[in-house]
Amino acid sequence: MERELRLMKGNEAVAEAAIRAGADGYFGYPITPQSEILEYLMEAKPYETTGMVVLQAESELAAINMVYGGAACGKKVMTTSSSPGISLKQEGITYIAGAELPCLIVNVVRGGPGLGTIQPAQSDYFQAVKGGGHGDYHLIVLAPASVQEMADFVELGFDLAFRYRNPVMILSDGAIGQMMEKVYLNPHRERSKDVPEWATTGKPPTRSRNIITSLDLDPEAQERFNLKLVAKYNEIREKEVRYEEFQCDDADYLLVAYGTSARVCQKSVQLARMEGIRVGLLRPITLFPFPSERISVLADRVKGILSVEMSAGQMVEDVLLAVNGKVTVKHYGRMGGMIPTPEEVVENLRSKIIGG
Amino acid sequence: MAEVTGIKEIIKPENLVYKRTGIMTDTVLSYCPGCGHGTAHRILAELIEEEGLQSKAIGVSPVGCSVLLYNFLDIDWQEAAHGRAPAVATAIKRLLPDRFVFTYQGDGDLAAIGTAETIHACNRGENFLIIFINNGIYGMTGGQMAPTTIPGMKSSTSPFGRDVRMMGNPLKMTDIVATLPGTYYVTRQSVHTPANVKKTKRALRKAIQYQFHNKGTCFVEIVSNCPSGWKMTPVESIRWMEENMLPFYPLGDMKVPDEKTGK
Ligand SMILES: Cc1ncc(C[n+]2csc(CCOP(=O)(O)OP(=O)(O)O)c2C)c(N)n1
Ligand code: SF4
Repeated sequence: MERELRLMKGNEAVAEAAIRAGADGYFGYPITPQSEILEYLMEAKPYETTGMVVLQAESELAAINMVYGGAACGKKVMTTSSSPGISLKQEGITYIAGAELPCLIVNVVRGGPGLGTIQPAQSDYFQAVKGGGHGDYHLIVLAPASVQEMADFVELGFDLAFRYRNPVMILSDGAIGQMMEKVYLNPHRERSKDVPEWATTGKPPTRSRNIITSLDLDPEAQERFNLKLVAKYNEIREKEVRYEEFQCDDADYLLVAYGTSARVCQKSVQLARMEGIRVGLLRPITLFPFPSERISVLADRVKGILSVEMSAGQMVEDVLLAVNGKVTVKHYGRMGGMIPTPEEVVENLRSKIIGG
Repeated sequence: MAEVTGIKEIIKPENLVYKRTGIMTDTVLSYCPGCGHGTAHRILAELIEEEGLQSKAIGVSPVGCSVLLYNFLDIDWQEAAHGRAPAVATAIKRLLPDRFVFTYQGDGDLAAIGTAETIHACNRGENFLIIFINNGIYGMTGGQMAPTTIPGMKSSTSPFGRDVRMMGNPLKMTDIVATLPGTYYVTRQSVHTPANVKKTKRALRKAIQYQFHNKGTCFVEIVSNCPSGWKMTPVESIRWMEENMLPFYPLGDMKVPDEKTGK
């Protein structure tokens, strides 16, 4: 089917892709730099066309719990926010993970801690990939690097969420949310009429009652459940790793970067190569599961790795684990809403890796 | 032999005056002796059965003593995080508007940590039923002060009685939600005497039926007892409730739809 070409902001692309993916419900609360998502949906009025519910909640706390309620009905539901709002959502996210519910959460990250800044950052990596809320759980985390991927990952995110009965997070940032690019939009998918067998929709006489809960007071049963989650996460690690490589084949040095940083690093690779330094870029697309195996393979071939993030150094810990001491791994990052320049990255590659 | 025939005579279906409610499961209730939660559950179960709503009902249970409510009634259930039931129910009802959706919440759940969710759901006029069990205390965590603990009342975190100057005043959520344009039917009942059980059942039946009017939130408070948290025998707790709780939380309807206009 024909894909429609449009010029859109990343945030708008998320909203439009959600309608087209056949989402059943969106629950959100305004926060910069992602308020366009709720605004776009209110303007598009999908409740009059596809029947998608759109609701501005009284808080992020309420919004994520609405997502819980909708997801537990077997519906395709989502919420979006930015860092401070995502912190507030953590309670609901761990309940959703604990109840094994599918849903999509978008974090258009801004700098922190606290109220921080409204400018882009990648400082919520730990929160997104290591759990975020309490208890042993993981989100599936997708990291878009373009407006196109903002749109594509909505549908992918819902598919993964339902395949694994697990919350999926799109970890974007203020730059990708706000920038305009061309984007090919998928044709409209009908809202699904399928009702998952676990969904709470009212108990017909033909089945026993469905209970959505994350509570088990019996430690042995709770541990069995924890082990079931571990097995699920291992299956996800095995099957769902996604990444992109840029000029890695002959690389002596490797940059690892996702999202906005990866866009910068792509330019850095070109600059470095003009100077005769053979650099490649590995861009993780899934941050959980992390492309550890691929990084480990590349670590056997390169002389050093620079992890580039708009943070004080978060993803670098996963790179270090993947490399396991085989070569030098260093971090370079800007914070507080600052975006590194391609030149800065090359400079740091030189001083921290090549010279070091 | 004569005796056995006598029993058979007695248990004939036409002599039936009281039976197990079909909607109640065989799971043993987790409540202390004399606790009002069990009575409230029973009424709710009877009504779901009598109104033929088993296949339409989706309940949202709270965090509190009734956290395991989903084990006791044979309907579909969602267990919400502490205080969030009205947000959870909002989405359920909006996505499945023809179902019967209700929350069942204690006073800590509804009037402390879930105040915002409660008020906003009621103010938006979400079309579901909120059943609010007000026992003036945090039962589950061992009898701490609740937002509803009445002045002077002792609890484990107000061991000398609630001093309102230091600890703040009790919050009358039912009075508050009755003032909101989104609520359709708001009432305060109790289940401590057979007469009150009947009245509560009547009120809850109305609230259940009103949900299908699609006119807004129905809110039924049930003033209840917590013998364990109050450190009283069940009988003492009933007496204490009558003498102290009910004057502070008077029973009766606070907002009723106009039967003629339905508004
Ligand atoms: C976020 C959170 N905070 C605190 C608790 C601990 N907790 C469990 S039940 C409860 C209070 C329950 O009291 P109430 O709502 O009055 O219900 P009751 O037990 O009296 O029926 C609290 C504070 C929790 N489970 N979650
Ligand atoms: S602690 Fe109180 S509210 Fe909880 S079951 Fe016991 S009597 Fe009932």
